[in-house]
Amino acid sequence: MANKIPRVAVREQDPKVRATNFEEVCYGYNQEEALLEATRCLNCKNPRCVAACPVNIHIPDFIHHLTEGDIRAAADTIHLDSSLPSICGRVCPQESQCEGSCVLGIKGEPVAIGKLERFVGDWYLEHSNEVEAPKIEPNGKRVAIVGSGPAGLACASDLAKMGYKVDVFEALHRLGGVLSYGIPEFRLPKDRVVAREINEVKKLGVKFETDVIIGRTMTIDSLLDNEGYDAVFVGSGAGLPRFMGIEGENLNGVLSANEFLTRVNLMGAWDPAHNDTPVYVGRKVVVVGGGNVAMDAVRTAKRLGAEAVIVYRRGEAELPARKEEVHHAKEEGIEFRMLTNPTHILGTDDGWVKGINCVEMELGEPDASGRRSPVEKAGSDFTIDCDVVIMALGTSPNPLIASTTGGLNINRRGCIEANEVGATSREGVFAGGDAVTGAATVILAMGAGRKAAKAIDEYIQSK
Amino acid sequence: MFKIVEKRKLAENIYEMKIAAERVARAALPGQFVIVRSDESSERIPLTIADYDVEAGTVTIVTQTIGHSTKKICSLEVGDFLADFAGPLGRPSEFVHMPLEELRSRKYLFVAGGVGTAPVYPQVKWLHEHGVECDVIIGAKTKGMLIYIDEMRKVGNVHIATDDGTEGFKGMVTALMKELVEGEGRKYDECVCIGPMIMMKFVCLTTLPWNMQTTVSLNALMVDGTGMCGACRVSVGGKTLFTCVDGPEFDGHKVDFDEAMRRQAMYKNQERLDNDNREHKCKCYGE
Repeated sequence: MANKIPRVAVREQDPKVRATNFEEVCYGYNQEEALLEATRCLNCKNPRCVAACPVNIHIPDFIHHLTEGDIRAAADTIHLDSSLPSICGRVCPQESQCEGSCVLGIKGEPVAIGKLERFVGDWYLEHSNEVEAPKIEPNGKRVAIVGSGPAGLACASDLAKMGYKVDVFEALHRLGGVLSYGIPEFRLPKDRVVAREINEVKKLGVKFETDVIIGRTMTIDSLLDNEGYDAVFVGSGAGLPRFMGIEGENLNGVLSANEFLTRVNLMGAWDPAHNDTPVYVGRKVVVVGGGNVAMDAVRTAKRLGAEAVIVYRRGEAELPARKEEVHHAKEEGIEFRMLTNPTHILGTDDGWVKGINCVEMELGEPDASGRRSPVEKAGSDFTIDCDVVIMALGTSPNPLIASTTGGLNINRRGCIEANEVGATSREGVFAGGDAVTGAATVILAMGAGRKAAKAIDEYIQSK
Repeated sequence: MFKIVEKRKLAENIYEMKIAAERVARAALPGQFVIVRSDESSERIPLTIADYDVEAGTVTIVTQTIGHSTKKICSLEVGDFLADFAGPLGRPSEFVHMPLEELRSRKYLFVAGGVGTAPVYPQVKWLHEHGVECDVIIGAKTKGMLIYIDEMRKVGNVHIATDDGTEGFKGMVTALMKELVEGEGRKYDECVCIGPMIMMKFVCLTTLPWNMQTTVSLNALMVDGTGMCGACRVSVGGKTLFTCVDGPEFDGHKVDFDEAMRRQAMYKNQERLDNDNREHKCKCYGE
């Protein structure tokens, strides 16, 4: 019988304190808290949470193991469907997936599935040295993986377990893709979580090489034709930032969220005592956009000492960011200017940003995406004074691979065309994650990597 | 980690290094650049490739010490390692894709300024190896700052200009260009100019009335160098392009140089502050 207690609160850093540091916001559950929260699960016969999970993690099963105190069994259950629980537990939009469909959520608070997943994932990383890695019989086949983000890591890990010799090529100097350059430390710790997850993949014998830009340093054609790989998986993500195309966008002080976050996260500009890469926030920063990347950028700007504002053209209900991030941002003192759309950026005589001109919007009829589309209110122009404008308007895949690979079809949005298991128009080339879908979530990318691993195995075995 | 296999001083504060980077050497073409990081705390710095040797598996870079990061690179010696050396990046020069017959009928004028002489070299060399002889103007403030003269003489027809007249023509490269084109009546189908932004701007203003196609190679600020950050945005013919993936070579007559120069100075204040602080604290980085 399920325990009818309220949802166990999760401990977090005090908002006033955390707005000045880069340490993780949420401390997560300890063992006692996790085991208590686990007792709330009704263990439904037809669990709606499983259907709502993009990779169908056996959620009631792993939670049931927790109620019995068997954390290793819980970890093994999650690992059947997910290779990155300590990451997904932190960054998945649970409120619109598993937790959003939890029966307990109808009248009260859903089970804290994300926090439980995080607890199990972290426990597993802490205790992974206690079990001996299973002996893997090499099958003599080689697979190259392009990109070391969530899709590439998941694909590499599954293929290595099947006996493939897997080489992962990463363009940047650090592994992890968006987990390293994009998501900030205060939301996803790099050494404690990302590096350890990658280390788990290394333990399987997967080889990683940084500083290799596929499409430039080597091409996919050469990997297949000259380097002797039996198949290639492309998980190169969606790294190309979009801009609005408005006047003043090339002023000094206007940057993409990608540039801002890369400077701070990948290059360590938040810690100028130890890193050379500079970052500029000025006195006041305006971030344009309402997704997770916009929240990451605005909260990072705040932590670097600036007054930080979100400008978003739709309403609060339409914000695509995770609810938790919006909530955290507000707690930290971020100002939200909803139904506000920039029209142009104002500059000083010497070409630096001095403000952003906006118009107020109101919501009209729902558009094709089902979201109510914003319409401009006539004569509502106003200016927000600021020194920096950060554009967080989404990203699209880098065209480098498509333009250098023979016979690889892309769609109108620049995404690689792939079927549901990742097969592309080019034989032997598979793809998944943001490179195929456009910017989406870690869990979808991870799921796509795992599906592709299965398909690659079938392809190579049938050759 | 990428080993430095050769190093030599070319002029005051300008150093040439050969880096063991087999894959980059194999893939490199004229016009492309690499991203270099000297150690784990360093910035990613874009540097145009000065030469590459497929057999030896080496790539040559030429660095002028301008700020903290370039000083760090130049302070390394033979046997030391660069933390990162990624490339080749950017599009190769357009002529490498041209049919040889067409290419051989074209006359090229290269204009190189200061440390920009280094990236001009692989272009002139490539054309020489493909049977195209080019005129090359090399400019510098003074004789002591001229680099790659001997190398360039082996592959091209070199003209030298120094501001103070200590070597060759006395005056700016633009004056020497006028001398060749208007004075001697030489005809060129294309001018390729690599050097300081301000020099490229004035070379473009010089070739515009001649209707001479002019290509410039921009050294914009970059973080990743692969199209991710957009720090290297440049206005070309009213369109915003990324220097790293759309360039680094552009039609010089369409580039908004004033904006490009302003954007290049985006982090100047912070770098200077940074350097001052460092020198004040420990004098480690002072000369």
